[in-house]
Amino acid sequence: MIELDCRRLLCPMPVIRVQDEVAKLENGDTLTAVCTDPGVLNDIPAWCRINGHEMLSTEEVDDEYRITIKVVKDGA
Amino acid sequence: MTDNPSRKAVALISGGLDSLLAVKVMQEQGIYVEGINFYTGFCVEGHTHAIRKKDKQKPKRNNALWSAEQLGIKLHIIDIIEEYKDIVFNPKYGYGANLNPCLDCKIFMVKKAREWMEANDFDFIITGEVVGQRPKSQRKDTMPVVQKDSGIDDLLLRPLCAKNLPPTQPETQGWVDREKLFDFSGRNRKPQIALAKKFGFEDFAQPAGGCCFLTDEKYSVKLSDLWKSRGEKTYEIDDIMLLKVGRHIRPADHFKIIIAREEGEAKYLQGYKKQYDSLKTTSHSGPLALIDGTLTDEELKLAASIVARYSKGRTEPQVSLDFQTKSGEVSSINVSPLPADEIKPEWIL
Repeated sequence: MIELDCRRLLCPMPVIRVQDEVAKLENGDTLTAVCTDPGVLNDIPAWCRINGHEMLSTEEVDDEYRITIKVVKDGA
Repeated sequence: MTDNPSRKAVALISGGLDSLLAVKVMQEQGIYVEGINFYTGFCVEGHTHAIRKKDKQKPKRNNALWSAEQLGIKLHIIDIIEEYKDIVFNPKYGYGANLNPCLDCKIFMVKKAREWMEANDFDFIITGEVVGQRPKSQRKDTMPVVQKDSGIDDLLLRPLCAKNLPPTQPETQGWVDREKLFDFSGRNRKPQIALAKKFGFEDFAQPAGGCCFLTDEKYSVKLSDLWKSRGEKTYEIDDIMLLKVGRHIRPADHFKIIIAREEGEAKYLQGYKKQYDSLKTTSHSGPLALIDGTLTDEELKLAASIVARYSKGRTEPQVSLDFQTKSGEVSSINVSPLPADEIKPEWIL
């Protein structure tokens, strides 16, 4: 499990960070982005749907959003 | 007739209606499309909604992602913040009405898209540009400049206005059927709205003032002020984010106060207290303010009296504030709120 600190970043920067991190990961890896911009609640799931990755969970704790996704790579 | 069984196009996706339609027109001709969205740091999308509390009830979505999802295409969002600075500082073709380097910007984005196209083995680029729609970058005389300076030449196709322009390689080679492209021109949006309806698109984004803060007069004034105060054209991402937030008041060349206008902005500015000294009223409810610059004791009192002016104690004889340095030391200040008529109009950016 990889945790990515996206606190204080405003969309689309958290999406860009997730996108760039996912590019380095393997099929089946999981990644949790920790964010403060509520825009990620729409944007990261949308990015996952577009690019075929799997949303695992969304948690909101003390004004922070923890979004966990599973990497799905083409051809896997 | 077309000959395109394996032709691939990369589309510049802004999140607006035109790029959405341009992609759809290509898909109707059997072209495989993926999208690119460039993030310059000046994009209007999302930021103010994320910061201001009063906007929090509005639905938040990234329109580029939304467009890609409607179209069923992959979208690559690319951070160009650092490289883009040179476009903002030194635009070869100058600025528009404000600090918007629209023609240089379009050239830069098409050039970056060309590099992506070559690296990923795509065949051509499409954009949602419409001739005559924008005063600087989308004119009949400047559109060829984009093609030439970006190095893309005739591998740039603008499906919505292609019939008003010379045929491009995708058309002459038969990858796409020119007859099925469009001849839109000018600022009239009715043809786009009609085409959107035909394709079944609803709820698409139609930003009234463009999608870039550099086209905004007030924002450009604040950015010019930032450059003037620093003696050079320079910025970091935090600078340009902060220009979107709060009241900016500059009582002297060497310092500026950024005062939150509401709770959402105060919360956002809170995150900068380790980078800037700050003031916060304690005797009355009032805004958080950041101080950009180094102040004498007298200037600090002036800054405090200005911040007090925007607190609930504005009509009281004395207001107390905490002054916190960026290293975390806190001291108390008592001031009389500055009367409204003593806040000089030229201080307000």
